[in-house]
Amino acid sequence: MHDESLNGEVLVILRHAPHGTSWLREGLDAALVAAAFGRRVTLLFVGEGVTALVAGQAVGALGQKGTQPTLEMLAMYDIDTLLVDQQALDERGLGVADLLLPVTTLAPPELAATLAAHPLVMNF
Amino acid sequence: MRYALLVQGGPYSRQAAHSALRFGEAAIARGHRLETVFFYHDGVYNAARLAAPPQDEPHLVDRFRALHDNHGTQLKVCIAAGLRRGLLDEREAARHGKQGHSLEAPFELTGLGQLIDAGLSHDRLITFSP
Repeated sequence: MHDESLNGEVLVILRHAPHGTSWLREGLDAALVAAAFGRRVTLLFVGEGVTALVAGQAVGALGQKGTQPTLEMLAMYDIDTLLVDQQALDERGLGVADLLLPVTTLAPPELAATLAAHPLVMNF
Repeated sequence: MRYALLVQGGPYSRQAAHSALRFGEAAIARGHRLETVFFYHDGVYNAARLAAPPQDEPHLVDRFRALHDNHGTQLKVCIAAGLRRGLLDEREAARHGKQGHSLEAPFELTGLGQLIDAGLSHDRLITFSP
């Protein structure tokens, strides 16, 4: 059963781990800008992207700014719908207790419903 | 239909920009309107003014420029992603004390808000990522 309270206008899908590339940072930037423009933003962490939420991260070794401070700022931008692919957590031996923010986990059919429910979907 | 494309792959090293061009040109050929191409992440390199590929390879910068010249497609480059990677128009080059500029019209540096607007105001936003 799809929970309609999880629907927003803009769905930002984050598919990459926090370090190694700038995908996560640039994806989060897009989400923050959408929120700053008054759009209701939903974040969806899938695949390696679920590791972005693991608590206790340090700054990257390559001089990148860490993404954890940005994630901790999401609430200030009224981005409070954080969805996580349950299967991706399971595959990596992670549970919601390992994550730094409260999330809603989704099974595959709910993922499909979430995609269908957002007018704009952006992939990072 | 009114299309916007989001290009996030660099030219020549990834297929994303080639695919975006082919899709855009095909959509126009079928009677659709390609109103906006937004370049983000490594896609900003597709706006490099000084790109000089071998003559027997497609000139991606010129092909994007032709979309603007022939069909009025707006070519928008994320300013934050561009400046980090050395894509500066004349104004930004002067502001940062750089000799020469690497991006020129019809490509335009713009904010990420324009990407969100494009996504919500066009009938479709199609993402081309590596």
